[in-house]
Formats: sequence, C-alpha cells, structure tokens
Amino acid sequence: MPNRLVPYIKALVHLLCLAPFFVELNRFRTGAFDLEADPVASITHFTGDWALWLLLVSLVVTPLRRLHPSLSNLIRFRRMLGLYAFFYASLHLLVYVLLFSGYDIQMAWDSLKHGQVAKLWSLWLTVWPGVVDDLTKRRFIQVGLFAWVILLALAVTSPNFMLRKLGGKNWQRLHRLVYVAAIAGCIHYWWLVKVGVKAPMKDTIALTLLLLARIGWTILKQRREPIPNASKAAQPAEA
Amino acid sequence: MLIRKTHLSGENIPSSQITPLEAFHSATTDRRAFLARAGVLAAGSAAASMLPRRAFGMEPLKTVSGQFSTTEAQTPIVRATTYNNFYEFGVPKDQPAKNAHTLKTRPWTVQVTGMVKKPQTINIDDLINYRPVESRVYRHRCVEAWSMVIPWDGYSLSEFINFCEPLPSAKYVAFISLYDRKQMPEAPDDYNWPYHEGLRMDEAMHPLTLLTFGAYGQTLANQNGAPARIVLPWKWGYKSAKSIVKFHFTDKQPSTLWNEANSNEYGFYSNVNPKRGVRYSQERERRIDSGFPHEIPTQMFNGYGDQVASLYSGMDLMKNY
Ligand code: HEM
Repeated sequence: MPNRLVPYIKALVHLLCLAPFFVELNRFRTGAFDLEADPVASITHFTGDWALWLLLVSLVVTPLRRLHPSLSNLIRFRRMLGLYAFFYASLHLLVYVLLFSGYDIQMAWDSLKHGQVAKLWSLWLTVWPGVVDDLTKRRFIQVGLFAWVILLALAVTSPNFMLRKLGGKNWQRLHRLVYVAAIAGCIHYWWLVKVGVKAPMKDTIALTLLLLARIGWTILKQRREPIPNASKAAQPAEA
Repeated sequence: MLIRKTHLSGENIPSSQITPLEAFHSATTDRRAFLARAGVLAAGSAAASMLPRRAFGMEPLKTVSGQFSTTEAQTPIVRATTYNNFYEFGVPKDQPAKNAHTLKTRPWTVQVTGMVKKPQTINIDDLINYRPVESRVYRHRCVEAWSMVIPWDGYSLSEFINFCEPLPSAKYVAFISLYDRKQMPEAPDDYNWPYHEGLRMDEAMHPLTLLTFGAYGQTLANQNGAPARIVLPWKWGYKSAKSIVKFHFTDKQPSTLWNEANSNEYGFYSNVNPKRGVRYSQERERRIDSGFPHEIPTQMFNGYGDQVASLYSGMDLMKNY
C-alpha cells in the first residue's frame, strides 16, 4: 500500500472503529432503547462483541502483512485496532459495573442532579456484594476480567516511549499476551452461554485460524533458517 | 372428540388490558425522566412504525378475573412479545418474534396418554372452552436473571387433570411440545427435541399451575407458546413449556430437556432459588416493566412460598434443585 495513503486510511479506520459506539449512542438518544425489553443485556452484549471482534481484527494484521511485502505498512494500524478493542472492553466493563451489576443508574443520575454526590457511593455499596459474589464465584467473569487486565497492560505500554523504555524484546514478549487475551475472551464467551448455544463459534473459528497461521509461519520460518537466531527472528516492533 | 362443556359462568370481563400502543407510551414517558435528550418525537414515530407487526395470532379472548394476581407493574405487551426464549424459533431473544409466524396453531390437538382411564385426543378449542378462562397476573422469572409481570389467561391445570382421570399409579405428568422441523427450521440441533418438561402430580394439581391459552386478554402470541402452554410462576421460566401437544401420565419422574442438556445447572424441580446461582448469581433480577429495567432482589419460590413451600417440606432444595 502506498505510504502516502496511510493517513487517509487511518482516518477511515478511526471512523469505522468509532461507528458502533456512535450508533449505540444514537439509539440511546433517540429512545430506541425504550422499545427494547432488556437494554442492559443488549448493551452488555454489544460492547463485549465489539471488544472481541476488534481484538480479532487486530490479530489479522500480522498474518496479512506476511502475505506480501507491499502490505508491510499495515503494521501502522495494529496498535490503533488493539486500542479500540481495549476501548470497547472498557466500556463493556463500565456497563457491567454501572448497569449489569444492578446499580441504580437512574437514581444515581437524579442524585447527581441534586448535588448528592455521596448517594452515588451508597448506591454502589448496595450492589457491591453481588459484584464480589460474581468475582469470586463466576468463572466467566474471572476470565473476562483477566482478559481486560491484559488489554489494560498492553494499552498502557503501547506508546512509543514505553516501547523504548521496555526494550523491543521485552515489549514484544509482553505484547504476545494479546493472544492470551483473545483466547480468554473466547473462553469468557463460551462460559457465559448456555450449553448447546453455539453463538461463540464464529469468533472461536476466526481465532483458531489466526493462531494456526501464526504457528504455520513459525514452522515455515524454522525450516528456512535452521540456525536458531532468536533476535533476528523477532520482528521489529515498528508500530 | 368433544369435552363436556360448562357454560362460561360469572361476569365476563371484557379484555380491557393494555394495548400495545398504550404500553409503549407509558414506556417512553417513564423513560423520559431518565437523562434528558433530544429526539423525543423521533422516539414516538420510531415506536409507531415498529408496533404490532411482531404479534401473530393474537385474538381477543373472553376472560374472568382470577385469583393469585399480583398488583406489581405489568410488563408491556410489546416487550413480552419481542423478548422470548423459544429456541425452536431461534436462540437470540428477538428471533421467536420474527420467526414464529410459521407456527400453525389450527388445526391443533392435544393428546392425553399413559396412566389415564382413557387415552384420548382433544381439540384445542374444546380445551379452551372447557372452563372459564381466568386472567391471572403472575411474576415470571427467567434463569437468565430477568423477570416480567404478565397477565396470563387460562385455568388451573388441575381442572384438566381431573378431566383426564389419571390412574392412582400416575405420580407425574410430562408435557411434550410441538416439534416440526418444517415450522421450526431455526431449532438448533444440539437439543433433544421435542421440548419436554414435567411435574410431580401434586405440583401439577396445585391451583397456581396454570394451563394457559392467552395473555393480556388475547390468545397467546405464537412466540409466547400458542395455542396452549403451562405457566408455573414459582419455577424458572423454562419449566413453563410452550405449544403443548401431549400430556403423558406416568409413575416415573419424566426426563426434562434442560436437565439432559446440563444436569448440574438445571434440575427437575427448577424452583426459583436465589441461593443457587450456577452460571450467574440468582440473588437479583432485572425487572422488565414499562420503564428502564431495574434490579430487584429475587425471592425464594419467586415470592410464591406461602402457596407452594409445603410441596417441598423436608426436601433439601440445594440438592433437589
Ligand atoms: C472486564 C471484565 C469483564 C466482565 C465483568 C464481563 C462481563 C460480561 C457479562 C456480564 C456479559 C453478559 C453475560 C450474559 O448476559 O449472559 C458478557 C458478555 C460478553 N463479553 Fe464480557 N466481560 C468482561 C470482559 C470481556 C472482554 C475483555 C471481552 C473481549 C475480549 C469480553 C467479551 C464478551 C463477549 C463477546 C460477550 C458476549 C456477547 C454476546 O452475547 O453477544 N468480555 N461479559
């Protein structure tokens, strides 16, 4: 891809990644949620879906650029895609904390308008036992939180100065955890649906293919250069 | 075959339940209090355009007022008919409303088999007319941690069971739902269709157990289990089998579909129990009524303990879940 196109495509990718967020926001603004029976569930699912999808899209970058040298500048999109995945995962967490948990957001809002800030906290205390219960007993919540913590660590270390600070190799090792996060995201999904529900299948197949592509690449490369030279094999993190 | 008919006695209360339109408007007005926003008018017009086109087969039904009704705020009919678990018509909750138009509810017969004096097949309209149809407003608690308040229309299953004349050896009754691939192309392959559920005889004979033909003063929408279903307000929603074609009386505990799919999570009894959350916490529920869904604590037996707890006296309900 010609380098001069990159800034335009970047703008486009920003728009595409933000579009779901604005669509959802607009549904709220126009009152479309009022027609829905269970908007809390639908917003939770919406944000969770986009977190996982964007994570998967960010994982497509590396295999894609290996296909042809002209695609190598795709690397410049990887970080932003990952950060958008983190953005939706964080919204998802926020939705869990402020809606799914049973937090009375309407009362919180009313109290805020009347300047009763302390009420926000006391309302939170009523749902806290349920959240603790979830965190200690529900493995789907635990594995989701685990995935989010990984994404948080990757987001925090994503700026260039962090890359320099950590050193390319350490940075790269850390950022391989993105695969763990994606696997944890899929496990999270399988554990939350009922037995027999196959909704997580598409995401899981996509992830499996991406992992296989990576393994295949590693094997191929080892065959080509039998002398193990780890530092050379490591890709420069140019993003 | 004809059932003996008793004429509809008592006052015939006209079906003056909420219409979809009113239900929707109360939903928006409540919601308006929550976060000021532009486009309120847009909301109204969006609503009008998506109104009842999702409701299939709903016709006015003559009802008399029944007992056991709760006075809690009711779930608007739009929500009760667009957010459904009826896996035969697709798994996502908006799918049954879109797909259930393929369900053919006439002609429809219900078979009575097993340990009864006389096995027989009954025409659905005779079944509906057998007893006065009562309107009963029940809480409905789904195992997915949401709940609704629905004015069901039906009569106690016990009346029908008495008509069936089960033998003294019959200890359980199983309900079998319709399964027809042609009408239900969306049904996932992974379950042991047809849907089958069951009750101990004393549970089935309990006056709360409702043989249901309608809701909101109208015959059931297809996605709500037309033309006949069971409603068990003190049990998880999946126990309330839909679109029933057969009642089978037996001396053995019937196997049930969800128990076969995942026995750790779904037991035979399936009584609402806030202390037994496997996948989710069941201590609280999202109440879906006309406003923005709000959370309330879940009650043991879904709040029907006064009526039904004695059915289970001496049983460990954490083991017999
Ligand atoms: C931060 C901790 C997290 C918590 C507390 C959490 C919680 C939840 C909850 C409560 C649900 C809905 C369960 C239901 O209604 O059945 C859900 C669904 C989901 N979550 Fe998470 N989650 C977390 C992190 C993540 C992450 C990091 C991802 C993606 C990488 C993710 C992806 C999903 C997906 C795909 C769904 C299902 C969406 C659907 O059904 O369409 N979650 N999560």
